[in-house]
Amino acid sequence: MPAISFVLNGRSRTVTVAADTPLLWVLRDTLGMTGTKFGCGVAQCGACTVHVDGAATRTCVLPVSSVAGKHVTTIEGLSPNRSHPVQRAWIEEDVPQCGYCQSGQIMAAAALLAQTAHPTDADIDEAMTNICRCGTYQRIRAAIHRAAKGA
Amino acid sequence: MSTPTRVTRREFLETAGVVGAGLVISFYLPGASRLRAAPMGPFAPNAWVRIGADESVLLMVDRSEMGQGVTTSLPMLLAEELEADWTKVRIEFAPAAKEYINPLFGMQGTGGSTSVRAGWMPLRKAGAAAREMLVAAAAQTWKVNKSECRAERGAVVHGPTKRRLTYGALAATAATLPVPQDVPLKDPKDWKILGTRVRRLDTPPKVDGSAQFGIDVKVPGMLVAVVARCPVFGGKVASFDATKAQAVPGVRRVVQISSGVAVLADGYWPAKQGRDALEVKWDEGPNAGVTSGSISRLFAQRADQPGVVARHDGDPAAGLSTAALRVEAPYELPFLAHATMEPMNCTAHVRPDGVDIWAPTQFQTGAQGIGAQIGGVAPDKVKVHTTYLGGGFGRRFELDFIQEALEASKATGAPVKVVWSREDDIQHDLYRPACYHRLAAGLDAQGIPVAWTHQIVAPSIMTRVFPQTVKNGLDEEAVEGGVGMPYGIPNVHVSYVLTDTGIPVGFWRSVNNSFHAFVVESFVDELAHAAKRDPYEYRRDLLTKAPRHLGVLNLAASKAGWGTAPPMGRSRGIAVWKAFDSYVAQVVEISINGDGEVRVHRVVCAVDCGPVVNPDTVEAQMQSGIVYGLTAALWGEITIDKGRVQQSNFPDYRMLKMAEMPEIEVHIVASSDAQGGVGEPGTPPIAPAVCNAIFAATGKRLRKLPIGKVT
Repeated sequence: MPAISFVLNGRSRTVTVAADTPLLWVLRDTLGMTGTKFGCGVAQCGACTVHVDGAATRTCVLPVSSVAGKHVTTIEGLSPNRSHPVQRAWIEEDVPQCGYCQSGQIMAAAALLAQTAHPTDADIDEAMTNICRCGTYQRIRAAIHRAAKGA
Repeated sequence: MSTPTRVTRREFLETAGVVGAGLVISFYLPGASRLRAAPMGPFAPNAWVRIGADESVLLMVDRSEMGQGVTTSLPMLLAEELEADWTKVRIEFAPAAKEYINPLFGMQGTGGSTSVRAGWMPLRKAGAAAREMLVAAAAQTWKVNKSECRAERGAVVHGPTKRRLTYGALAATAATLPVPQDVPLKDPKDWKILGTRVRRLDTPPKVDGSAQFGIDVKVPGMLVAVVARCPVFGGKVASFDATKAQAVPGVRRVVQISSGVAVLADGYWPAKQGRDALEVKWDEGPNAGVTSGSISRLFAQRADQPGVVARHDGDPAAGLSTAALRVEAPYELPFLAHATMEPMNCTAHVRPDGVDIWAPTQFQTGAQGIGAQIGGVAPDKVKVHTTYLGGGFGRRFELDFIQEALEASKATGAPVKVVWSREDDIQHDLYRPACYHRLAAGLDAQGIPVAWTHQIVAPSIMTRVFPQTVKNGLDEEAVEGGVGMPYGIPNVHVSYVLTDTGIPVGFWRSVNNSFHAFVVESFVDELAHAAKRDPYEYRRDLLTKAPRHLGVLNLAASKAGWGTAPPMGRSRGIAVWKAFDSYVAQVVEISINGDGEVRVHRVVCAVDCGPVVNPDTVEAQMQSGIVYGLTAALWGEITIDKGRVQQSNFPDYRMLKMAEMPEIEVHIVASSDAQGGVGEPGTPPIAPAVCNAIFAATGKRLRKLPIGKVT
């Protein structure tokens, strides 16, 4: 099995796993970073969303070999103390219910705001395709607008 | 496999949790929320309150947090009477123990929207007793009369001298005092916490990835299992060849368990690869020929048979035969999967001396019982560590995933975490029952209903789960919503034909209410139309003896602007329903595009749940219940072919997303009436409200769900 290196939350990491192992399972099982969640395994629900070189990326179908040499940011690395504007807005709006999808929602929202500082509702509809079974969408939308104002 | 180069905080705590008293999930608020082992305070007057000399206030949460907010609402009940400093409150999930039995179930479990109702008196009394002991401890310390002392924000104050001692300073003394009985509870007008918008205690760990769900559990030496199960319900393993599975790097063991064949590996991915490579021959059993069509035909045949009587008022046969107008309609609903965001999983370690279970479970007593049975130990040797649940909706009241972890651990001696794929989750659920209903009503010359009959043909969940409750073919749970038809009609007959289809059924958010609300609230809309009456006014006139139904109906109609023209291109529909002792009415505004796709733009929801603990939670649960019910109404359908589920994942079991989210307004009735739950009652009215709006828009009456496309 090959050794694959990438930068995870600012730190260089090397793993030796089958090259086609999805990044999700490298994060969760190999590296013990369980904030990124498994929801569907077919890149539909977005619970596994991280940033790869800044872009929101679903990792349950992403071979780890494809992030070799790249920068990966997970929910654990978004901020050291929940100080990212999106995290602050999520707390202000009390968005989570069960919370399981929220790591992915927050990473998707953070990537959206990095690209579009003041997204419209239509921008949010287009970018935020993650599934939430608790139905927190209304508060997610409010939290994104709040974060755009600096939370 | 590489190993992590440093021990993370979480890994340390996981290990500490395993070797210590249990997996402890607790945190301080606000600010530094960190998972940390909870110190056992010196003052532990009851099962829920632990106060430490360090001013820590640890409150035990004895219900499962699956999103409905019990990690906040239950501590609020305790903290109000305790006069705790809310910013010092930390929580911990309770172990399985008799002190934590849900008084409304007689078992330790979470469901039926019972948590607040069940805790309403005992938790407030527990907080009050603890407070009285702290006050007594202060009085004793100061050698003053207890009546001169009062508790406020985590301290006791001596009124005349303004002396003050914190709970932490009083804890050791309080622990030596007797526990008082029946301390009077505060007058609601003096509440500081209850009834206010308190922020959720579980939000901080849910925005930084530190909240630990069942699937995140890691135990030293643990193997991860993925199980091959017979695709046909009721089938079993005939034989299997593990050669190819065991050739997958990382696969350690392949063992047969009662649900199928478990492939155990170093992690989920090799276990899944191994499971996919496994060759199994199945004995498909008696259900291999079952299809959705055969089930529908069975239902229709059974509807012709006499049912057991569930409700009988007056003389419905005479009422129907003498009516000026007779309306009849059949309704049919599909099986539905729960599709919790977190797939089913459980970690178990079966040892000769005891069993540990780490699970996102709604049913601790059940987990403990099955752990004892499979482990061959006494129940008190089974420790149940409840994690956060990534959704529950009734699915996690089941024990199938716990049984798998226990059996795989017993077979191998290792701690085993069973993880289901999404396909496993959709195809091996215990489904919301599919069912069939035949209704008839007689209207008098003024259009007022004089008779109502309802034949319910449905599988029974209770026959499997609590068979002792099903007597003479009558499952009272299965017929509850039909029996509860609230309209003032003198002649009523509700009957039931218990019908097993071979497809396993289970509790799905709001249970029978999810189908009865659709049937009853659609049919009454049909009657309003037949009577040429406005559907809101028609209901209103028939609910004069159901004041709480009427209250939410009127509130929702008024807030939604019922009677005014809806926005251009939109139509309105209305429904009202009582479930779990709460009353909810919803008015929706919908439009239908050229492709027949229904868009719900707005939902106005009125709820009367009696005394409110946290209005923010009530609003969130109404929103959540509406989205859950709307998703099912629009697209939810599990179909069967050759005894197998045809759907497998989110591409073909569609979920509502942001772009389809309606604007939801929640209006809470100020009420001191009997308290109801809020986790489920938001779900039932949405399907009929939307279908009634579709009728208003098109004249097409939908008597079968899901809605799909309206053409």
